[in-house]
Amino acid sequence: MANRPVAIRRALPGALAAACVAAFVASALGAVLWFAGGGGWPDAADWAALRFTVMQAGLSAVFSVTLAIPVARALARRSFPLRGALIVLLGAPFILPVIVAVMGLLTVFGRSGIVSDFLALLGLPKLSIYGLHGVLLAHVFLNLPLATRILLQGWQDIPAERFRLAATLGMGPAQIQRFLEWPMLRATAPAALLAVFGMCLNSFAVVLMLGGGPKSTTLELAIYQAFRFDFDLGRAATLAAIQALLVGGVVWIALRFTRLDGQGAGMDRPRHIWGAGSRWLRLQDTLLIVLAALFLLVPLGAVVLRGVVGLADVPPSVWGAFGASVSVALVSTVLAVVVSLWVAIAALRWGWTEVLATLGLSVSPLVLGTGLFLMVNPWINPARLAFAVTALVNAVMLIPFALRVIAPALRAIEADYGRQADILGLTGWARMRLLILPRARRGLGFAAGLAAAMSMGDLGVIALFADPHQATLPLQMYRLMGAYRMEAAAGAALILLGGSLALFWIFDRWGRGDAKA
Amino acid sequence: MLRLENVQVAQDDFTLNADFTIDRGARVAVIGPSGAGKSTLLNVIAGFQPLTAGRVWLNGQDITDLSPGQRGVSMLFQDNNLFPHLSVAQNVGLGLRPDLRLTTTQQDQVRAALVQVGLGGMGDRKPAQLSGGQQSRVALARVLVQRRGLVLLDEPFAALGPALKMEMLDLLAQVLDGTGATLLLVTHDPEDAKRIAPLTMLVADGMAQAPVQTAALFAAPPAALRAYLGDSVDLPRNL
Repeated sequence: MANRPVAIRRALPGALAAACVAAFVASALGAVLWFAGGGGWPDAADWAALRFTVMQAGLSAVFSVTLAIPVARALARRSFPLRGALIVLLGAPFILPVIVAVMGLLTVFGRSGIVSDFLALLGLPKLSIYGLHGVLLAHVFLNLPLATRILLQGWQDIPAERFRLAATLGMGPAQIQRFLEWPMLRATAPAALLAVFGMCLNSFAVVLMLGGGPKSTTLELAIYQAFRFDFDLGRAATLAAIQALLVGGVVWIALRFTRLDGQGAGMDRPRHIWGAGSRWLRLQDTLLIVLAALFLLVPLGAVVLRGVVGLADVPPSVWGAFGASVSVALVSTVLAVVVSLWVAIAALRWGWTEVLATLGLSVSPLVLGTGLFLMVNPWINPARLAFAVTALVNAVMLIPFALRVIAPALRAIEADYGRQADILGLTGWARMRLLILPRARRGLGFAAGLAAAMSMGDLGVIALFADPHQATLPLQMYRLMGAYRMEAAAGAALILLGGSLALFWIFDRWGRGDAKA
Repeated sequence: MLRLENVQVAQDDFTLNADFTIDRGARVAVIGPSGAGKSTLLNVIAGFQPLTAGRVWLNGQDITDLSPGQRGVSMLFQDNNLFPHLSVAQNVGLGLRPDLRLTTTQQDQVRAALVQVGLGGMGDRKPAQLSGGQQSRVALARVLVQRRGLVLLDEPFAALGPALKMEMLDLLAQVLDGTGATLLLVTHDPEDAKRIAPLTMLVADGMAQAPVQTAALFAAPPAALRAYLGDSVDLPRNL
């Protein structure tokens, strides 16, 4: 474009910010690789961790997507009251603290959970959800909704005319499956598989709580254990290097072959229902939807009920941790959203800024944490930086999510109003204040809500850095559970859940405020 | 005075050449087949389209390397001329100061401009609360307060019905009478040209030709124009 000088000036801060993010990631990664030599060649336990990481992620992906296919199909072809609410609920695991989800699953499926009690009544043995199957259960719980949303989007993207055509040709459900649904699934299911696989490679909190032991330790957990139990920094670095190669490789593949959206805009529009099908099909769909809803809702309901009872037992330390979590969440949210906004502006001119800023995706939080620990350890007690590092790492990990919301919004603003703004001489802060902020407000609010809730519920880097006197709320809750103070932990879980949802709600609400136009 | 000096734009297999002068205060309709480069021509003048070769002069100043906001032109597009989140008065006020820090005098100017386009007292509304014709009036009010020497219109009234469009063209003529600005109006309707523009320029076959008298042009259309208009010029309009 001819308005080059202006555009460059507008793009510079974002390019600089993107470069900072990339430098941050690269230096942490560099520290890891530098120190990795010190830990020697990976031993048998390390290889076992690698195998388990890949296996559990693969199985989680296969189970989540296999189960998501019938659920998504049922949702796509049925309309019923609360359908919209159910689809909104499918978005909830994004902002649901993982540790709270695990708590809910323990309450339902654990040794002293609802299902075990029921089995005991029948004289059957109790369930145990520790180990591989527990990890898989939690990963399916957290990722079935994501997979369902991705696939449901696929169904929605099949043009209604195709279904009408199929109906006029007299196709039954079997033929529709073969000619319409199967080709769509072949295109979207790999994306869903990769998305879940990638998420589960980085999974830390789930494996920390439900896995462990030599048989079910992921790389991410092994890094933590090398830190916490052995304080073997060289080994942690070796593990982090393996994890970085693994995650980086998978993300590289994922970005090449798929686009991970998962937000699924416009999925609650009323559906046409083609050939409502036999009574048997209808029954099957109803059953699937009810089961999926129960699977997601019962553990959450259990957390809330137990939490209300447990609130009385909550020690003051939980409230301190709550304050710390909110502060960390707010700092990382502001950082992530401001950087994302700058980068999104810069990306209008230089697409590579977006790539640089999303580099955080290609490392796991604990790899970043390890690198930072190795860098600061010689100079300062890392515990003193626990909260700052947590906020920083969270921000870097959140930027890709925030960018995915903000960048399209900015592209739309530029396409619709950019030229008129240029001709009016709307530049600098005036352009930001009068055009970009008001028009991007909705996206900014949503991105900030997402970021705040995810940061609030994160249990990762803080576990590496914190000393026993410091904690964010998820870490404090984990410690309470470790001390078998389950009532207090349940109360903390409710506070954490409430805090995350409230943060999301407040930001998202701000974004929607007077956005009419 | 607007001067395009040996201007050339080349993109893939699209080319546009222009070499002409338009006197200050002239009103020129830009007509031609779609895809021939009418909008590109306006974008060249406004500064949105980089040139392969040539210079653009406005009132003796070489504006080739200036950004759109620095060129002293007003421009209206087919749509999105108003910012939906700003009030009508703010949208007009942007024409006076892009950061909207208006003095009392400037606020009075905005109010007066709104009265002049028939929207007195509607300054606090949002564009969505106005009809399509009223939205066009807001855009014209902004052109009025901008008082720029050159006004570029890229079919901003195309979405309006015929009667409303005539009304807007007449209002536009009034606004131009007030500011004395030069006008370039892209249109696909010969009637627009006849109504408001004494001069017409034809953009066809990769060439923006120098403007000629509108009446003379349509009385004896050259081959390129005849091809664009089809047989309709030879037939009564109501068929």
